[in-house]
Amino acid sequence: MAETWSVVIWLVVTTALVRAAGPVALGGRELPARVTAVVALLAPALLAALVITQTFGATDGDFTVDERVPGLAGAGGVLALRGGILLAMAVAMAVTAGSRALF
Amino acid sequence: MRRESVRAGFRVGVPFAVAAALLAASFGILAEPVFGAPATLVMSALVFAGSAQFGALAVLGGGGGVAAAVIAAVLLNARYLPMGIALAPSLRGGWLRRALYGEALLDASWAMANRGEGRFDPDFLVGATLPCYPAWVAGTAIGLYAGDWIGDPAEWGLDALFPAFFLALLVGGELRRGRTAVIVALLGAGVALALLPFAPAGIPVIAASGVALLGLFTGHTQETEHPEIEEDPVG
Repeated sequence: MAETWSVVIWLVVTTALVRAAGPVALGGRELPARVTAVVALLAPALLAALVITQTFGATDGDFTVDERVPGLAGAGGVLALRGGILLAMAVAMAVTAGSRALF
Repeated sequence: MRRESVRAGFRVGVPFAVAAALLAASFGILAEPVFGAPATLVMSALVFAGSAQFGALAVLGGGGGVAAAVIAAVLLNARYLPMGIALAPSLRGGWLRRALYGEALLDASWAMANRGEGRFDPDFLVGATLPCYPAWVAGTAIGLYAGDWIGDPAEWGLDALFPAFFLALLVGGELRRGRTAVIVALLGAGVALALLPFAPAGIPVIAASGVALLGLFTGHTQETEHPEIEEDPVG
């Protein structure tokens, strides 16, 4: 039990520090144009990586291929047809759940 | 704080709060046998970071120690560093005020508050996070105390919600910002995919953010197109 509460306390402290670090260290400054260019590209890089890790990452961080893949393909189809975000998420959930039920 | 931005963010954040509650319920179900109900609830209330919580749970549940669980969680949370750095130039005020804005960082809120060319709407970010916090805590409680009724969260396909969400933000927003953004997204995905089988959890996303350094050479903001981004990206 003490082990569990140690993890909770460490997570509270480290999460708060990591979230505050960027805004506190750099907040309010005008960044040079080249740095701004890098910052502008963080979003596509991070989002693409999150798609990959959330699709192929197991809960322990390992690589796995499972029913989330057809789910994501379904969401991609919705987006290709200019469907909304929520519809894409609903389709991903339904296809993933359906694949698990069938196979 | 601009109230209209907070309200707009809140409206956009509500559907994602529902998704967060579903994920939190699955966290509550899985964490209860490992952490116990009180620690699980306190963790969700005070940490409020899904990937780190799931990561710590996976390590401890798999027989790992405190240090391994904390390191996994820190690595998974480390993406908030580049996110915070990206947000920082849009913040004003003293260090405490800026730190509090940083505490509102969530993947979804950060992405939806992105206005392109390195600019963010911090009040919109806070608004989008506001409904997610009670949803996360309440969802955890539901998972803890109604887990038997819900069953296995994987059967509901809940783990497909957020990859689809990030894909939608990428396709609907970032990839419309120009060719450089498309190249960076492809490279970022490639880096994450290449590292995922080998690197510790959290490292693939951090490494992928390094691809943004291409901006040093491309002058991306000068060539950025100006996509007609819908005011409500949830649409």
